[in-house]
Amino acid sequence: MSNMTQDEAQALIEEVLEVYPEATREERAKHLAAVGADQQPSKCVTSNRKSVPGVMTQRGCAYAGSKGVVWGPIKDMVHISHGPVGCGQLSRAGRRNYYTGHTGVDTFGTINFTSDFQERDIVFGGDPKLEKIIDEVEMLFPLNKGITVQSECPIGLIGDDIDSVGRQATERLGKPVIPVRCEGFRGVSQSLGHHIANDTIRDHVLENREGDGRQAGPYDVAIVGDYNIGGDCWASRILLEEMGLNVVAQWSGDGTLAEMENTPKVQLNLLHCYRSMNYICEHMEKTHGIPWMEFNFFGPTRIAQSLREIAARFDETIQANAEAVIAKYQPMMDAVIAKYRPRLEGKKVMLYVGGLRSRHVIGAYEDLGMEVLGTGYEFAHDDDYDRTYPELKEGTLVYDDANAFELERFIERVQPDLVAAGIKEKYVFQKMGLPFRQMHSWDYSGPYHGYDGFAIFARDMDMTLNNPVWERMTPPWKATGEPASKAA
Amino acid sequence: MRQAAIYGKGGIGKSTTTQNLVAALAEKGKKVMIVGCDPKADSTRLMLHAKAQNTVMHLAAEAGSVEDLELEDVLQVGYGDTKCVESGGPEPGVGCAGRGVITAINFLEEEGAYEDDLDFVFYDVLGDVVCGGFAMPIRENKAQEIYIVVSGDIPRDNMVQHAEIRRMTVIEYNPECKQADVYRELADNVINNTNLVVPTPLSMDDLEDLLMEFGILEEEDESIVGQKADETASA
Repeated sequence: MSNMTQDEAQALIEEVLEVYPEATREERAKHLAAVGADQQPSKCVTSNRKSVPGVMTQRGCAYAGSKGVVWGPIKDMVHISHGPVGCGQLSRAGRRNYYTGHTGVDTFGTINFTSDFQERDIVFGGDPKLEKIIDEVEMLFPLNKGITVQSECPIGLIGDDIDSVGRQATERLGKPVIPVRCEGFRGVSQSLGHHIANDTIRDHVLENREGDGRQAGPYDVAIVGDYNIGGDCWASRILLEEMGLNVVAQWSGDGTLAEMENTPKVQLNLLHCYRSMNYICEHMEKTHGIPWMEFNFFGPTRIAQSLREIAARFDETIQANAEAVIAKYQPMMDAVIAKYRPRLEGKKVMLYVGGLRSRHVIGAYEDLGMEVLGTGYEFAHDDDYDRTYPELKEGTLVYDDANAFELERFIERVQPDLVAAGIKEKYVFQKMGLPFRQMHSWDYSGPYHGYDGFAIFARDMDMTLNNPVWERMTPPWKATGEPASKAA
Repeated sequence: MRQAAIYGKGGIGKSTTTQNLVAALAEKGKKVMIVGCDPKADSTRLMLHAKAQNTVMHLAAEAGSVEDLELEDVLQVGYGDTKCVESGGPEPGVGCAGRGVITAINFLEEEGAYEDDLDFVFYDVLGDVVCGGFAMPIRENKAQEIYIVVSGDIPRDNMVQHAEIRRMTVIEYNPECKQADVYRELADNVINNTNLVVPTPLSMDDLEDLLMEFGILEEEDESIVGQKADETASA
């Protein structure tokens, strides 16, 4: 389908809403919008609200936001999933935050530590068990640098005092044991879990090395809000280092406790995922006087723009280095574009991701000559949408907390060439015969950040879109004779 | 089988009254089971001459889980062949006692404690707790009758204390005494009770109005609300 006008897109929204009962229609209408020629929606979508009962939302929970996103990748700490076994086991190693280290010795990222709550722990309280687990972890994995306690739902219901257990264990072990009250039922999505996790880092980590006398280097920076999915953070870090910056910390992909503790001394916090870590950046700005800026390392256009913006915060040496880095990689990127753009030019994409990529990857698609016809977030807030509208063309659909039904109807009607969303959406659209890429896990590929990542991104999009399998969607008994077109 | 739950304020005498009532019923040849739904586990001691019987939840915690228990581990037989069970639960301030009640009652059902030859099952429920677990005895077609122990209905008598010191009911300790007859009368009242009503909840305001109408509560003087003692004196 070619691009719609704002009115046509709005009419499609009305059509999709029609099926709902009145109360649901009224509520969901607030979350859907069509962008106009002025790159603004007719009305700003409502976001960060409770999902409507009865629809299949794609959202996660506060525990997912804390354990799965913010805390989980800190590799030299043990993260205990405190509660029944399922939350920890079903989310184990699922996010692909790569790290280096000897798992089970000095790093623990892919191990599931859980208190495996039983009925008796609910009835008699789980604090004694937690205390025992903490001591067992310390005995079995003495190289851990600290422990976090990630609360699952029942902890908040039975009133366990994990704060007190954590306080005593911190004293006993001589290392941070951090209680995180991220019970899944809190808030409306994983977003609150990010916030709660940020707050616990503020309270239990940032002041740990205060007054240690360490001096900040003039080019010290931290990468914040990069979870190293498929190696993203590594692909970002090398560019910053090539331009002469000293990356002190990665938050939190392949990150360590020490890196976080040292961050209050950096010159600048570089924030990739604004949604999940703006809280800690704002705190460090207020408390430690550290400025922060957002950047975007998807696709050569945005990478070059971001490198220049970052360099502008430093001296002329860094600025010259940034230009050198861009000049070095641009020919490689030109080659990537020369190879893939002709195969992808004019292809339409519909996105539905979490809290950042729904806008950040648009530039990378545009570098390949592709267009975004719809985008939306699972758990974004208003400030994320404000950052998104300027990226969008007239007629683009914007959908907040879209449910299974809405996504299916929008995509069925718009018929994009590619759907890029998450695992929960993947098989629905593949079965509709639409090429699909997972944009949370990079479909077990990656990295997609940085110049290295763009080459992989371009290859993956081509591999998916131009896969000959899509020519084989018509079963033989429905075939009318000649195949529709020959395989690419 | 009639199932009845006993509720009431803390310390009002629910457990004492329940056990004396049950003893009186047993004396009349009724087959009864008492299910103590209080982490204190003091609902069966007068029947068993015991300090506190082993509870479902404590035994389950020791064994690993409730699935590891057998009915005979938790069910004891006391005065007049009365079956006695205590749900048990955590010490005050930790865990979820309500869940303990739910778990224990589910266990009793699954293990077939509710035998057909029982005439009565009594649930002695911890007073003043409002969470869902303590409503378990009146859910899912369990107790169809609820009795609330209030002050003043049963005459006080030192005989009750004499019996309690010996961990006995009055019925067993001194069957000839006057107080024993009080409990026998109560037992008859329960046996013959046909006046079952489903109550309609009152709002606090309606309740106050009702109390004033019957002269139990005096009309409120709104003008003195928030007035300190010295202000009242000088007024």
